[in-house]
Amino acid sequence: MTRFLTSVLLLAATSVQASGVVNVYNWSDYIAEDTIAKFEAETGIKVNYDVFDTNELLEAKLLAGSSGYDVVVPTGNFLERQIQAGVFRPLDTAQLPNLANMDAEISRIVSQHDPDNKHSVVYMWGTTGLAYDIAKIEERMPNAPVNSWDMIFDPAVISKFADCGVAILESPSDMLATAKHYLGIDPASESAADLEKAEALWMSVRPHVRYFHASQYINDLANGDICLAVGYSGDLLQARDRAVEADNGVEVAYVIPEEGGVVWFDLMAIPADAKNVAEAHQFINFVMDAQIAADITNYVFYANANSASTPLIDPEVTSDPGIYPSEAVKAGLFALRAHSPRYDRIMNRTWTRIKTGQ
Amino acid sequence: MKPLGLPKFKNGHRWVAWVPTLWLLLFFLIPFLVVAKISLSEAAIAMPPYLPVIEWVESGVAQIRLNVGNYLFIIEDPLYAASYWESVRIALVSTLVTLLIGYPMAHVIAMSPEPRRTLLLILVILPFWTSFLLRVYAWIAILKTNGLLNSVLLHVGLISEPLVILQTDVAVYLGIAYTYLPFMVLPLYAALSRLDRTLLEASADLGATPWVSFFTVTLPLTLPGIFAGSLLVFVPAIGEFVIPALLGGNDTLMIGKVLWNEFFANRDWPIASAVAIIMLCLIVGPLMWLNRLQAKQEQGA
Repeated sequence: MTRFLTSVLLLAATSVQASGVVNVYNWSDYIAEDTIAKFEAETGIKVNYDVFDTNELLEAKLLAGSSGYDVVVPTGNFLERQIQAGVFRPLDTAQLPNLANMDAEISRIVSQHDPDNKHSVVYMWGTTGLAYDIAKIEERMPNAPVNSWDMIFDPAVISKFADCGVAILESPSDMLATAKHYLGIDPASESAADLEKAEALWMSVRPHVRYFHASQYINDLANGDICLAVGYSGDLLQARDRAVEADNGVEVAYVIPEEGGVVWFDLMAIPADAKNVAEAHQFINFVMDAQIAADITNYVFYANANSASTPLIDPEVTSDPGIYPSEAVKAGLFALRAHSPRYDRIMNRTWTRIKTGQ
Repeated sequence: MKPLGLPKFKNGHRWVAWVPTLWLLLFFLIPFLVVAKISLSEAAIAMPPYLPVIEWVESGVAQIRLNVGNYLFIIEDPLYAASYWESVRIALVSTLVTLLIGYPMAHVIAMSPEPRRTLLLILVILPFWTSFLLRVYAWIAILKTNGLLNSVLLHVGLISEPLVILQTDVAVYLGIAYTYLPFMVLPLYAALSRLDRTLLEASADLGATPWVSFFTVTLPLTLPGIFAGSLLVFVPAIGEFVIPALLGGNDTLMIGKVLWNEFFANRDWPIASAVAIIMLCLIVGPLMWLNRLQAKQEQGA
């Protein structure tokens, strides 16, 4: 009997070892230093952790199929379309007891991307706002409207900062929706006329932009190579902290302009063709643990959607209006929606024209 | 006794010829056909994100849907032609810059005495031992506003305001010239070291200055090397994506970036494939013509 039990146990042990792997594909610089080690220690599952830096790259891999990943983290509007293409498998909520920790209000907002939150849970969320080098802006324009999108969209204002360098986020969906919102147009509009108005607005300030990039502004802002940038909240807050660490006299501030702006949600989901489904659920559940979620937020400066973790987060982070915005600012935030392929094409074409004049 | 070796050798020859043919078939022709097939499809929200070209309607009956609309679209929108010419222009300028730097280098190496010559050749190839990406990143550190170059120039007093070089075409030329320099130097070195020095002595004896000798003897005789080196730089430079993405400005619109946009931003694999096919035809066509021209010239000589 003992021998029988031992062999059963041995068998179980080997089978756990054989399947004890989870392949995670997440954004770069987007997890606490010890999260993976803690997960491996607690579960015995080995994590193959790989990173990307644009939604497009992740999407191309997912649409090609057999990506080999078990957990991926697309942004809401991308996930919305990927669900339509049949990329993801529904989550098994029975394997995710930590779902109880999640913020019901945020889950409700995210359900516009993922109906009934069937396929995904929120990893982190943030905003697309602007950051600036306090001294350089003050020096060039003492009463600059730093809390307003006028900093970018008013030619009379942005032109004052052209010499010290303005960087714009390389993301047509974020940037054209922001321009529409500034003009009082519904950002979700797919009308060509509305898009033309947004294009005209960008064109009016284009000569004062030094470059468009998805991530380069982090270092450039911290080093003082540029003085004004539109980008993702966590990235710009990282720039602020790197400048403090470098102690190079650069002081950076991040604001969500008072007119409001884009709010986005990065969501964990499991591809339909994932091989390690149980391990993927274990990983997602682990990240939803209150302490683990708090550790990640403390490290990456993005807000999580984990209500239970909030008391465990540094007060410095929860009190930062750039990370946890006030209710008044929250009211002005809007999420991007997935667009029709036809609109995506004219939107990207418009963006190319804005950037290159072609 | 029968001559044993000959027929066997003949067979071996045929086998050796098969290896590159098989290679081209596997890694060039088949992928080319796959891309050509996708270019005749239509984009869709699906996995993979395009409609099938061949569909089995019932057993034994296949329906083929070919969509040439992608090609028409590319011809209609001036963006594609403009970015193709921009790629050719940038590749041409970069090739010229590479040649102007590479020729004197190759000349010095070829004229050096033996131990030093080997050392110099190794130095030309040495950068290949570091990752290409790291070397391009190093150029960002050199060229940026607060970078090495500007700091030195400002310190010396040559300039009073930092130069904006990064994110301009000049940075792209520098990046391409730097990266592809060995491809230019090595064929030039080969041509220059084959050069018969007695011809130069003869021209000097007949009263030609070194410059006249260079232009009437050295340069014409090393034309095949110039040709080979320029081609090795020009062709990959047209399709270059990484260097303009890292060093170039936003108005640097090369075909590689357009392709990226179609594939990733628009998720339109069929249009992206059509752009790739057209680009391939536009590069391979002139190349074959040049190749034939050169072969004719060599025959004539």
